[in-house]
Amino acid sequence: MSPESNMFVMIALTIISAATPLVYAAIGELVVEKSGVLNLGVEGMMLAGAVSGFAVAHVSGSAMLGVLAGVFAGMLLALIFAFLTLGLRASQVATGLALTIFGIGLSALMGQALIGIAYEGIPSLNIPYLSDIPVLGPLLFQHDLLVYGSFALVIAVSYFLKYTRAGLIVRAIGDSPEAAHALGYPVLRVRYLATLFGGACAGLSGCYLSMAYAPMWVESMSAGRGWIALALVVFATWQPGRLLFGAYLFGGITILQLHAQAIGINVPSQLMSMLPYVATIIVLVLISRDRGRIRKNAPASIGQAFHPTK
Amino acid sequence: MFALPILKTARLKKVSLAFAAVLLSLSSVSVNAADPVKVGFVYVGPVGDHGWTYRHDIGRQALEAKFGDKVKTTFVESVPEGADAERVIRKLASDGHDLIFTTSFGYMNPTNKVAKQFPNVKFEHATGYKRADNVSTYSARFYEGRAVIGTMAGMMTKSNIAGYIASFPIPEVVRGINAFTIAMRKVNPDAEVRVVWVNSWYDPGKESDAAKTLIDQGADIITQHTDSPAPLQAAQERGVVGFGQASDVAAFAPDAQLTAIIDDWNQYYIDRTQAVIDGTWESQDVWHGIDSGMVGFADYNASVPDDVKAAADVIKEGIIDGSFHPFQGPINNQAGEEILAEGEVLDDGVLLGMDYYVEGVQGSLPK
Repeated sequence: MSPESNMFVMIALTIISAATPLVYAAIGELVVEKSGVLNLGVEGMMLAGAVSGFAVAHVSGSAMLGVLAGVFAGMLLALIFAFLTLGLRASQVATGLALTIFGIGLSALMGQALIGIAYEGIPSLNIPYLSDIPVLGPLLFQHDLLVYGSFALVIAVSYFLKYTRAGLIVRAIGDSPEAAHALGYPVLRVRYLATLFGGACAGLSGCYLSMAYAPMWVESMSAGRGWIALALVVFATWQPGRLLFGAYLFGGITILQLHAQAIGINVPSQLMSMLPYVATIIVLVLISRDRGRIRKNAPASIGQAFHPTK
Repeated sequence: MFALPILKTARLKKVSLAFAAVLLSLSSVSVNAADPVKVGFVYVGPVGDHGWTYRHDIGRQALEAKFGDKVKTTFVESVPEGADAERVIRKLASDGHDLIFTTSFGYMNPTNKVAKQFPNVKFEHATGYKRADNVSTYSARFYEGRAVIGTMAGMMTKSNIAGYIASFPIPEVVRGINAFTIAMRKVNPDAEVRVVWVNSWYDPGKESDAAKTLIDQGADIITQHTDSPAPLQAAQERGVVGFGQASDVAAFAPDAQLTAIIDDWNQYYIDRTQAVIDGTWESQDVWHGIDSGMVGFADYNASVPDDVKAAADVIKEGIIDGSFHPFQGPINNQAGEEILAEGEVLDDGVLLGMDYYVEGVQGSLPK
């Protein structure tokens, strides 16, 4: 392999690992928001997933069990959120923020005994022959399963929302819970399920952080990725395909600016850190100019509490 | 009809009683001689960061181990630098702490402000420069450690490229980069140092990405001025070597960690507490290095060749006995112009304000 193509492959690999946690967290939140619920607790759920996944994988020695534990932890936090906002109709914004703060503290508490412990990480795939093809091998056939899972999940969610009846019901509930309720759809149950799905995805994203990306547990290791995921959903205007593109764009920008620095090109890293948010604001401005476009994809009832008897 | 107002008064009384109790507990500052000396710590990060704050907390634990019942320690972690810090420091002071360590640069003004209101409480502020009769400052010369690892890097690199993951362009960090680079090029004039700023003290994912980036660009030595073990973990994964930061992270990178610079506050905390117990505490400013043990090292990795160990030990001993200084001339700037003549040494004032790269560092320093 020539050094140039080798470099290209290496950069691509780093971008994939930077984008994958964003994909998971954001695709989960997308479904949550599509059902009309705004859960700002992504960061907290990610951390709960990260610490639980790492702990179980470390104790049991099984990455699979670790991932399951991480998913479960994310769902548990999401369940608290769902109970408060859907069951008791607390403010979604305030509860979501509280969930983030709660998740940061809880994961730190749970992780006290895990600090300084090394974990070899989720093993990467190694398919005989295929993995050894120059350039294509490492690019396509040498990742861990979570990377492939992220693509599968985006495709599945996209298909679910667009082509299935259940997906249509989720969207209907997100747009007009009253109408959906009048038609006999169980608004709260669907929102519960969507919120739990979001929690599971955030937990999975956390697992990727603590078990594959930087396999270790340290407090607050998500370092704001939950917030980027939230921004990403808006950036993608609630479309799974665009979300995938956005995650790789954000991941790519981060990695390329690191490379630019290492070569000696001076890019202010602060500028790069704020880029995802700037991009989101720009997208918000653009879609706000065209009301039709907002109506097309944005869930109309997002963030509003619903009560069946009202 | 009357039940309600009575209930209200009773409740009010209860509330006011509770309030008075709180006030009383807050005002009980005076400490008897027989009471244990209360030592408070304010940390900027979580004790579980496995880096800066972690090492300060190890120092606090050493204090408890050393003095047992004679000392009672308290810590408050993850305290943001600013208004919150002032509140936390004031709370510690009013709770009857005799000695308070505030362990981050950003606590400088809050510490001094609270110190004025509590002249009987002793304060120790890490890495700052504002002092008072009851405020000391203390810091460690980590750049001395960087001269040691730079020497090792220069001897062990094959690609002649070292990757340096940096946090923020403050003098402390720039000084470390320069000390490392000067030492590396002294033993290997072809060596260059590539710096990536991650704009964070603590983001394992990004630190790991930065390490991978540097390795992809040919660096076979990784060193860092950020707080997580992630860069060395990436080095381990990619089969290159490097140096741990603040604490021994060999568990994360058993092959990759050649050695680590270790912050060791234990002795300082013990000495200063002893001074409070003896009544000999005075305001001072210390900037200790390898000689006092404040800058320590992890054991060498088994893979480090003997001649490299020997060269590193020579630097350590030279720094301790004063025959060697990490910033002794000739030193060139990035343009290759001499900024320090042979035989001269940069004084502490220049070191504390360092805002330029020396020759051998690639790229330009972000302003």
